[in-house]
Amino acid sequence: MEKILMSGDEAIARGAWEAGVCVASAYPGTPSTEILENMAQYKDDLYCSWSNNEKTATEIAFGASLGGVRAMVSMKHVGMNVAADPIFTAAYTGVNGGLVIVSADDPGCYSSQNEQDNRLYALHARLGMLEPSDSQECLEYTKAAFELSEKFDLPMMIRVTTRVCHSKSVVQTGQRNEIKPLPYVSNPEKYAMLPANARVRHVQVEKNLEALKDYAETCALNKTIYNEGDIGIICSGICYMHAREAFGDSASYLKLAVTHPLPDKLIKAFCSKVKTVYIIEEGEPYLENAIKALGIECSGKNRLGPQGELDAQRIRAAFGLGEPPEIYPQPAQAPARPPVLCAGCPHRGFYFAMQKHKDSIVAIGDIGCYSLGVSAPFFGFEACICMGSGFSIPIGLSIALKRQGDKRKVIGILGDSTFYHSGFNSLVDAVHQMADVCLVILDNSITAMTGHQVNSGVERDLMGREVPVIPLEGMVMSAGLDKDRVRIVDPIDQQAMNAAIEAAVSTQGTFVIISRRPCALLKEEIRLRAGRHCELDRELCRGCKACTKTACPSLAFEGKKAYIADAANCTGCGLCLQMCRFGAIKTVGG
Amino acid sequence: MTNILLTGVGGQGTILTTKILSAALVKLGYDVKMSEIHGMSQRGGTVNTQLRYGEKVYAPNISQGEADLIVAFEKVEALRALPYLKKGGTIVMDDREIYSMPVLIGAQEYPHNAVELLKETADSVIVIPASRIAEELGNIKVQNICLLGALAGTLGLNGVDWNALIAENVPAKTVSLNQEAFKRGRESALSV
Repeated sequence: MEKILMSGDEAIARGAWEAGVCVASAYPGTPSTEILENMAQYKDDLYCSWSNNEKTATEIAFGASLGGVRAMVSMKHVGMNVAADPIFTAAYTGVNGGLVIVSADDPGCYSSQNEQDNRLYALHARLGMLEPSDSQECLEYTKAAFELSEKFDLPMMIRVTTRVCHSKSVVQTGQRNEIKPLPYVSNPEKYAMLPANARVRHVQVEKNLEALKDYAETCALNKTIYNEGDIGIICSGICYMHAREAFGDSASYLKLAVTHPLPDKLIKAFCSKVKTVYIIEEGEPYLENAIKALGIECSGKNRLGPQGELDAQRIRAAFGLGEPPEIYPQPAQAPARPPVLCAGCPHRGFYFAMQKHKDSIVAIGDIGCYSLGVSAPFFGFEACICMGSGFSIPIGLSIALKRQGDKRKVIGILGDSTFYHSGFNSLVDAVHQMADVCLVILDNSITAMTGHQVNSGVERDLMGREVPVIPLEGMVMSAGLDKDRVRIVDPIDQQAMNAAIEAAVSTQGTFVIISRRPCALLKEEIRLRAGRHCELDRELCRGCKACTKTACPSLAFEGKKAYIADAANCTGCGLCLQMCRFGAIKTVGG
Repeated sequence: MTNILLTGVGGQGTILTTKILSAALVKLGYDVKMSEIHGMSQRGGTVNTQLRYGEKVYAPNISQGEADLIVAFEKVEALRALPYLKKGGTIVMDDREIYSMPVLIGAQEYPHNAVELLKETADSVIVIPASRIAEELGNIKVQNICLLGALAGTLGLNGVDWNALIAENVPAKTVSLNQEAFKRGRESALSV
């Protein structure tokens, strides 16, 4: 086979396909998104679809495994918190067809709200776990995970990190192994986890883990590399690459592939052959605590700490391996380039309108493109922790504020995808508890932040099938809100958006605004507006800067006049021209 | 081992450029690893990709002071990436200016003299007017392939069918345009 470059995510998808996977599900989340995206190329051989959240995605994969086919679910690290409920019990039931759960962690928080180390989930939920360190291993370990899942009757977790998911390295691919489905046989003692059955299964899952541990002691996936010198390094995943880069051939390595359950005898044997044992791992001292519990003296976390991503330089500095390379002095400060709402982004219209009501509201956000509204110049919300919480935090906050006589209205903000994810549950709570809040769905008709994955509001699915659209307004109305408490508004239309926010603020009880306009980067939108953009007449411009307050990346100000700095990206959405009292801006073309 | 850092602004095509470059290096028989951290990059932020090639590559990413070559698609991004340049390394850069939000709203100054500052500081700075060449060719989007040409010229990467690789990786309608951009970029680098 030809050697090709693949990202870790692509290689996991390829490995699953080669392993004969039949069902793949996921909810998008960086850095895991491209795993399911890449499954779509194999849609003739398997079923793959985006789910509304990680819990349903896991349960769909579990159902497929129960039915006797190989199934995989992938998610980002925080997604595993959402999926934890089915995952903890899926270990008890075990599998029929192989079941693989991919957790993509994000040390360094490149695009996440925390740095949680999901290796602890494998220990806690009683899963088998494999940690690949490059794309070739992503492919091979994924294939192995399906085999091990079936052999030891355990869901297997593949734990990767951003640097593995989004790095490309050379991969040798293979062919698909078409697996005959295993028969589905009714077996409630194994699969119906009522207390009487669960107690028995808990005993069994521990036995299954013991058997996997025995296997891990001698399996070829764990690798030992002996070199001259006293130092022995134990590591897994990408940390092996960083450690190898930093220590080179001056240390010996135990590179663990199976990191739950850990092969105690193998670890002890390795440690007996070296004088000093270093554990090099990102995040929590997962390996280090386990190895110390074996009575082995070792260290690493005391030098590396639990925060951030490791690299070779950080390891060299921590272990005193030579001087850092000399670097050029910075001759000038580079201005910051934070990610911003794109030109033509519908969210800008909402945040701009909301600013006018600043004194009478307190706003709570959620996870998505609209999270970017938190910073200058909109300062659009004040708290944001996880998906769906944008609609439930306001319920508690509004009660707390009322208790201290704060009359401001609490506004909750989330997107269409997060509403489908879990925001609907929060809306039902709000309505049922008669919460005095305004809940806003910023509906841009796609899961945008992760790169335009389709959701339940889109008429096509990942496999290209025509599928029913689940209308947001139908869901909102089904919660029992009166029509006069729900507004659907184009956020670029400032008059309408201002009126909607005013109505929400002045109405006692739950009020919903659906701020609806498709993402400006959607291909259909780009086609529809082809050639349309704004023009600014510098003669008419009085330099009042009202337009620049929209913080559109296509607008700039120089020489006491505004100008369209980037006509190629301007969508002609028309938000800025509503600000101009002198008629200097107009939309042309398209 | 050769370390390259490519840096630009979301939407400039740094990732595609790195993809074609790494495919070429695989064809030349090198072990190659590239690292691209993305997620919010479509939203106008800085995009960095790192590429390492040699006989055997372990870590996919590079640390400060380790890049043999920095390829910058935008002036300020060259400045920002400077700490990654190895002493004696080379910067290949476009002198295009793209203003970030703090600059647009007047909160921060754009250092228009960044090229001069970099030339005073680093030992080797090659300026390729890639966006001007792309505009001359009629499409600003081929700036990235023009810079790829400059990069291929600077590194002396011969024995690769670049035109075929470009054809495999760009939209069918823009193949010849991109091939022309590559040629112009390469000539531009070789004439420095």
